Amino acid sequence: MAELVGYIHSTESFGTVDGPGIRYVVFMQGCPMRCLYCHNPDSWAIGKGEARSAEEIISEIRKYRPFLKNGGLTVSGGEPMLQQEFVTHLFELARKEGIHTALDTSGILFDPIHPEKVDPLLRVTDLVLLDIKHIDEEEHRKLTGHSNRNILAFAKYLRDQKIPVWIRHVVVPGITEDPRWLRRLGAFLAELDNMKALDVLPYHTMGKVKYEKMGIPYPLGDTPALTKEAAIQARSEIIKGIKEYFKQR
Amino acid sequence: MAEKWRQEWDGFTPGRWNRGSVNVRDFIQHNYTPYDGNEDFLKGPTIATKKLWDQVMELSRQEREAGGVLDMDTQIISTITSHGPGYLDKDLETIVGFQTDKPFKRSLQPFGGIRMAQNACHENGYEVDPKVVEIFTKYRKTHNQGVFDVYTPEMRLARKSAIITGLPDAYGRGRIIGDYRRVALYGVDWLIEDKKHQLATSLARMTSENIRLREELADQLRALDELKELGRIYGFDISRPAANAQEAIQWLYFGYLAAVKEQNGAAMSLGRTSTFVDIYIQRDLEKGLITEEQAQEYVDHFIMKLRLVKFARTPEYNELFSGDPTWVTESIGGIGVDGRHMVTKTSFRYLNTLNNLGSAPEPNMTVLWSTRLPRPFKEFCAKMSIRTSSIQYENDDLMRPVHGDDYAIACCVSSMRVGKEMQFFGARANLAKCLLYAINGGVDERMKVQVGPKYRPVEGDYLDYDDVMSKYDDMMEWLAGLYVNTLNVIHYMHDKYCYEKLQMALHDREVKRYFATGIAGLSVVADSLSAIKYAKVKAIRDEDGIVVDYEIEGDYPKYGNNDDRVDDIAVNIVRTFMDKIRKHHTYRDSVPTMSILTITSNVVYGKKTGNTPDGRKMGQPLAPGANPMHGRDTHGAAASLSSVAKLPFRHAQDGISNTFSIVPDALGKDDRLFMGDIDLDLLRQEAQDE
Repeated sequence: MAELVGYIHSTESFGTVDGPGIRYVVFMQGCPMRCLYCHNPDSWAIGKGEARSAEEIISEIRKYRPFLKNGGLTVSGGEPMLQQEFVTHLFELARKEGIHTALDTSGILFDPIHPEKVDPLLRVTDLVLLDIKHIDEEEHRKLTGHSNRNILAFAKYLRDQKIPVWIRHVVVPGITEDPRWLRRLGAFLAELDNMKALDVLPYHTMGKVKYEKMGIPYPLGDTPALTKEAAIQARSEIIKGIKEYFKQR
Repeated sequence: MAEKWRQEWDGFTPGRWNRGSVNVRDFIQHNYTPYDGNEDFLKGPTIATKKLWDQVMELSRQEREAGGVLDMDTQIISTITSHGPGYLDKDLETIVGFQTDKPFKRSLQPFGGIRMAQNACHENGYEVDPKVVEIFTKYRKTHNQGVFDVYTPEMRLARKSAIITGLPDAYGRGRIIGDYRRVALYGVDWLIEDKKHQLATSLARMTSENIRLREELADQLRALDELKELGRIYGFDISRPAANAQEAIQWLYFGYLAAVKEQNGAAMSLGRTSTFVDIYIQRDLEKGLITEEQAQEYVDHFIMKLRLVKFARTPEYNELFSGDPTWVTESIGGIGVDGRHMVTKTSFRYLNTLNNLGSAPEPNMTVLWSTRLPRPFKEFCAKMSIRTSSIQYENDDLMRPVHGDDYAIACCVSSMRVGKEMQFFGARANLAKCLLYAINGGVDERMKVQVGPKYRPVEGDYLDYDDVMSKYDDMMEWLAGLYVNTLNVIHYMHDKYCYEKLQMALHDREVKRYFATGIAGLSVVADSLSAIKYAKVKAIRDEDGIVVDYEIEGDYPKYGNNDDRVDDIAVNIVRTFMDKIRKHHTYRDSVPTMSILTITSNVVYGKKTGNTPDGRKMGQPLAPGANPMHGRDTHGAAASLSSVAKLPFRHAQDGISNTFSIVPDALGKDDRLFMGDIDLDLLRQEAQDE
């Protein structure tokens, strides 16, 4: 049998924002989404990247055990669920070594008709960092090129499976900043009792350079970065939405 | 020595420290109070502190507008007692004393070299009094002149080409830490008695060594007398021990002030004073003599004084050090050999000055870090680092086994037992340039002259790893010998013409001396050798056949990514060069050590180093200290730090520095209000209550 390999975009030995503690982060190559604000367009192409085995990566992670005491391993991307078999194997190995596992995903590849397909991966996943791009179906399409149906279904499935999640939401001026959307997102999140954290990520323009390098036009043009204050405001709108939902019950 | 209990010590636990011999460590161990709490007890600046600091800020502004120097002494040669009292505002200052008769006025210190003193004045628009110049050219020899009398042509050439660089041959060597705490604990009279006893019991068989020792002890005694006089100038009798916290800080500061009046050293570090001072503050607080506000005020005023230590220096000197550093390093925290941590409330108070007076590079607050430090202190350090970027960290767990628990850091990384060990500062050898000499058979790639020995240069278009390594080994052998001998000259002359009599008076008689060599360009060397080994490196020669540039074909592992293939090369270079240093005779039987620590001078060294086989271009900076080359560590901080951590401390015992920059946001999300935990049950409850 050919050795199972993953196609890796890059790794980071000192991730501090992708899950609890200091984390070794593996960025998988390939993504079906084309989010307008994506700051890693170089991770889109499928089949590129460095082919590496899970064993190889685990032995690399072992070198960082002292750093990862309160952290662990996060697999991000690209879209890690594109290479589900590989990620599952990597997480199995990590689990054996007692390393905490976190999956940073958009959830776009979840199949609501056959939800059990994701079970092998979820069995070895300690935490899911779920990125909800937009709560509105139509707006989500405009933003990413895909419907958000699978993503919202994945969120509910994770709740039913009692897998802890951190919800992440990028706020872009003029696209997701509208309080109406944020409150509607809150109303949806109110039902996710497996949610442990809510991270509002302010849109930034640091991805522009990569587009220039790759010679592709930057979709968001001159959209300004979101300020810290606006991000705080956005988070409180989402929380308002959660509370309104509870009040209506 | 008298074994009389002094009333100033009432309330202290006795021990060996009060039974006849100087033993500050014993005093600390018997009397300090470890503090496990957090920073909540700390106080802000008093009105007096704010007023004084405003005055300092105003003077700083004036100094900047004047082009960097506000005032210079051009007539009075600085000694411990040369200047009358100077104040910011006598009524507000709780700790007093300046190097000259007023703040921001730089003193004249010609003993290291009259030309340096003249240049420093001239470049800033002042001229040294011709009489002083005459004295120091005609009648009184300086350290600088002594060195150049003895230098060989080879040494001069190596200095000119900058393969050996930053040598303290024209300025004060510094890096010596007097045990200034002794002044507070014992008072100067007691120290004088002790020194007299040392002189009386020193060998009278007049060999060169014994003659030198006896002369030095006599000089030290004179310095202690002058120290007492310095106290008197400011209205204090420091012949007796300090009786309270304010006096303890004041006495200690007089010791330090005397040192910086006497020496314009490259690094004039303070030592390890916070836990010592805490014992006095704690005693006063318990007696109800002072409040927390007062305790913090003393500390604030002390630190303010340390921030105002200034020297007359030349623009080239400032360029070398990227600024006007004084390296008033204070070592904080650490763990005792008995297992108790040495963090006290005053450790917090020292760091709190960064809040009360704002952040500043001086004094260089250095936390002796251990995994066993109390958590609230660690968290406070982290907070202060994020807020001020002004704290240096050093590995106590690594240094304690070598130096015990009463060592301090001189400059940025040089560790030594306070009052028991000193070092001969050795600047550094440029190992990147040495590699180019190996390739070019000793010909300097910029000056195009033969500097090193005329060995066979590399041949052919492509560099061969084994060939280059064998040539590099030979060239390092030459460099180590020349380097050590050059330093021998420098320190002989510094002892002879610019002896640190006050600082050495605050040392034991039997001092362990380190011979502190250093290297620059480690990451360039490691990456260059890695490129030669794992990629193909083509040599580009100029019309004279000298290799002046390199073309790299393919990729190679780079230092800073936790990749053993290249990290092992770096480790091997450190060990190899240190072993070559060890082969040579060192002045005063000092113990050879090595540092990897160019924190700022890497920029200037880079300017003097040609193209290197790693792809670095002529003139580009070398990486600071043991840092990976900028932008080449692509696997994150843990990988980068892990590479540096592989370097063996036992072969670089004078310290390994790593300059680590990270945006606070990338350290985690604790401080980011828009991220964080969420509790739906709590929100549900709140919604129902609204």
